[in-house]
Amino acid sequence: MSIGTQPTGRLHVDVRRVGRIGALYVAEYRLRNMWKWKRAVITDGLGNPVLYLASIGLGVGSLVNASLGPQGLGGVPYLLFLAPALMAAAAMQGAMTEAMFPTLAGFLWDKGFFAMRSTALTGGQIADGVLIAAVCRVTFTTAVYWLVLRAFGAVEWASALTLIPVAVFAGACWGALMLAITAHAKNDDAIISIAMRLVIMPMFLFSGTFYPLSTLPISVQWIGWISPLWHATELGRWLSYGMPLPSWQVAVSFCYLVLMGSVGLLVARRRFEQRLTA
Amino acid sequence: MITARTLTKAYGEFIAVDGIDFSVAPGESFGVLGPNGAGKSTTMRMIGATLLRTSGELSILGKDPSIDGPAIRAHLGVVPQQDNNDTELTVAENLYIYGKYFGLPRSYLTPKIDELLAFAQLEDKRDAKVDSLSGGMKRRLTIARGLVNDPSIVMLDEPTTGLDPQARHILWDRLFRLKEDGATLVITTHYMDEAEQLCDRLVVMDRGRIVAEGSPASLIRQYASREVVEVRFGSGRNGEIAASISDIGDRMEVLPDRILVYADQGEATLQAIVARGLMPLTSLVRRCSLEDVFLRLTGRTLEDA
Ligand SMILES: Nc1ncnc2c1ncn2[C@@H]1O[C@H](COP(=O)(O)OP(=O)(O)O)[C@@H](O)[C@H]1O
Ligand SMILES: [Mg+2]
Repeated sequence: MSIGTQPTGRLHVDVRRVGRIGALYVAEYRLRNMWKWKRAVITDGLGNPVLYLASIGLGVGSLVNASLGPQGLGGVPYLLFLAPALMAAAAMQGAMTEAMFPTLAGFLWDKGFFAMRSTALTGGQIADGVLIAAVCRVTFTTAVYWLVLRAFGAVEWASALTLIPVAVFAGACWGALMLAITAHAKNDDAIISIAMRLVIMPMFLFSGTFYPLSTLPISVQWIGWISPLWHATELGRWLSYGMPLPSWQVAVSFCYLVLMGSVGLLVARRRFEQRLTA
Repeated sequence: MITARTLTKAYGEFIAVDGIDFSVAPGESFGVLGPNGAGKSTTMRMIGATLLRTSGELSILGKDPSIDGPAIRAHLGVVPQQDNNDTELTVAENLYIYGKYFGLPRSYLTPKIDELLAFAQLEDKRDAKVDSLSGGMKRRLTIARGLVNDPSIVMLDEPTTGLDPQARHILWDRLFRLKEDGATLVITTHYMDEAEQLCDRLVVMDRGRIVAEGSPASLIRQYASREVVEVRFGSGRNGEIAASISDIGDRMEVLPDRILVYADQGEATLQAIVARGLMPLTSLVRRCSLEDVFLRLTGRTLEDA
C-alpha cells in the first residue's frame, strides 16, 4: 500500500467533470447535511401549513369575508385566495434559511467553503450548489404545503401544476438574492436580525398576502410593489384560479423575479470566488 | 514542481510576502521555517491556488494558479493551518465528500477511504462525528483528507502546532512515511525540530522575506557553530558578565534571560568560563539547531519573534 505516490488516484481525478457538474457535488453535500436534520425538516414542512391554515386561514378568513363581502376577493373562497401567497411565502422563507445559514457557516463559522475551494471546485460552483440544494429543500416544503392545502380542501388537484412551480420559482429567485447578500456579511448577528425584522415581517404583512393589496392604504402599498412575495402571489393567483391580471403585469412580475434571481446569482458567484481567494 | 519569482502578496498597504524566490523539485521535502506572522500561510495559500498573488511569477505543476486554479488544485493535497473538516459529518463522510470535489468516483473512493483511515490510524473512528475527535485525530483526518486525490504535492501548514508531544510524534511518523514514499512535501513550521526531522531543504522566512536557504545541516554549518553553551547568571548580571567573556568561543548572543556562546567544543568552552571564576546559575551544552540559525539571522528567537 502506498499513500500519495502511486498515480492511480491521479488518473481518476477528473477536472473537466468537476468543471461541468461540480455544483451538483456541492448540492449533494448540502442535501446530505440537511438529511441529518430530517425530523426538523419534516416537522417544519408539515407544522407550518397546518398552523397557518388553522389559525389565519379560518380565523382571518371570516373577518376578511365579513368586511369585504363575498365579492371582495373576486368571488373566490378565502383559502383559494390565500394558498398562492402562503406557498410563495413558505418557499421564500425556506430558500432564505437554506441560503443564509450555510453561507454564514461556510465563510464564518466552520469555514467549510475554504476547504471546498481547495479542491477542483470554484467559488461560483459553491454558490450554485448551495442554491441548488436550497431549491431542492424548497420543492419538498412547497409540495408538503400543497398536500396540506389539498387535505384542507382549499385547492383542486390541478393546482399542483401551477402553485408548486410558482412558489419554487419565487423561492429560487429570493434565495439567490439572499445568497448574494449573505456572501457579503462580515458577521452573523446583524444580517440575521435585519433580514428577519426589517425585510421578512413587512414583506409578509404588506404583500397582499391576507387581503388584496389594493385594500391597504396607498402609503404602504409601495412595499407590495417592490416585494417579490407580492409579485409571486399575483402570478400564483393568476395561474391557479384565473384571477384577472393584465398581461403587462404578468410580464412585469415575472421579469422582476427573474431579474432578482439572476442578478443575485451573478453577484453571489463573484463574491464567493472573491472572498475565497482573498 | 513549484517555481516562484519575486512572489509578492500585499493586504492593502501591508506587504505580507515581499518578493520571495524559491523552487521545489519532485520528491523533495521543502520546509518554510519562520515565526508567527512571517508570511508562511500566505505563501502556502498562494501555492495552493486559494489566494491570488499581488505580483511576481508563480508556476505550480507547470501552470499559473491565477489561470488554471482548478487544474492545479486537483493535484494538490492541502492541509490548512486550521482544521476545517465538517464537524457535523462523520470521519468517513468527510473523506468521501471531499473526494467527490475532485471528480473521484465511488468505486475509487470506497477502498481509498479504508486505506486513508488506516494511514491516519482512525479506523475505529470511521463513523464517529468529527466533533467527538481529539485535536490530534482531527489533524490526522485533515491530512488524510488532503491525500484523497493522490496529490502530486502535499502542502502542510503547521501540521503539528497546538498538539501535545505524543500526538506530534504520531504525526511526524505518518509524515515521515509520506516522505519515504517519495511524495513532494511543502511544510511550514515554527518548530525547528520539525524542520530538522522532515525537511530536506528549507527556507527561513522572516517578515515576508527569505533570509536563508539550504539543508538543515548546511544552514547550521553556515550560520552557527557545532555546539553552543547556554549560561544563566540571573537577569541583572548577564550583560555585565557577557562583556568579560566576550573573547571565549566563536560568537556570542546575549538574550534577556541567558547568554549563548557558540563554539566547536562546548564542554571546553564552559570550562573556560568557569575557569574565570564565574559560576553560572544554570548551564547547558547542546548541539546547534535551526533556532540558533534564526537567532543569528534576525537577532530574535523563533518563539519571541
Ligand atoms: N487576510 C489578511 N488581511 C490582512 N493581513 C493579513 C491577512 N492574512 C494575514 N495577514 C497578515 O500577514 C502577515 C503574515 O501572515 P501569515 O501568512 O498568516 O503568517 P504565518 O503563517 O507565517 O504566521 C501577518 O502579519 C498577518 O497579520
Ligand atoms: Mg500561518
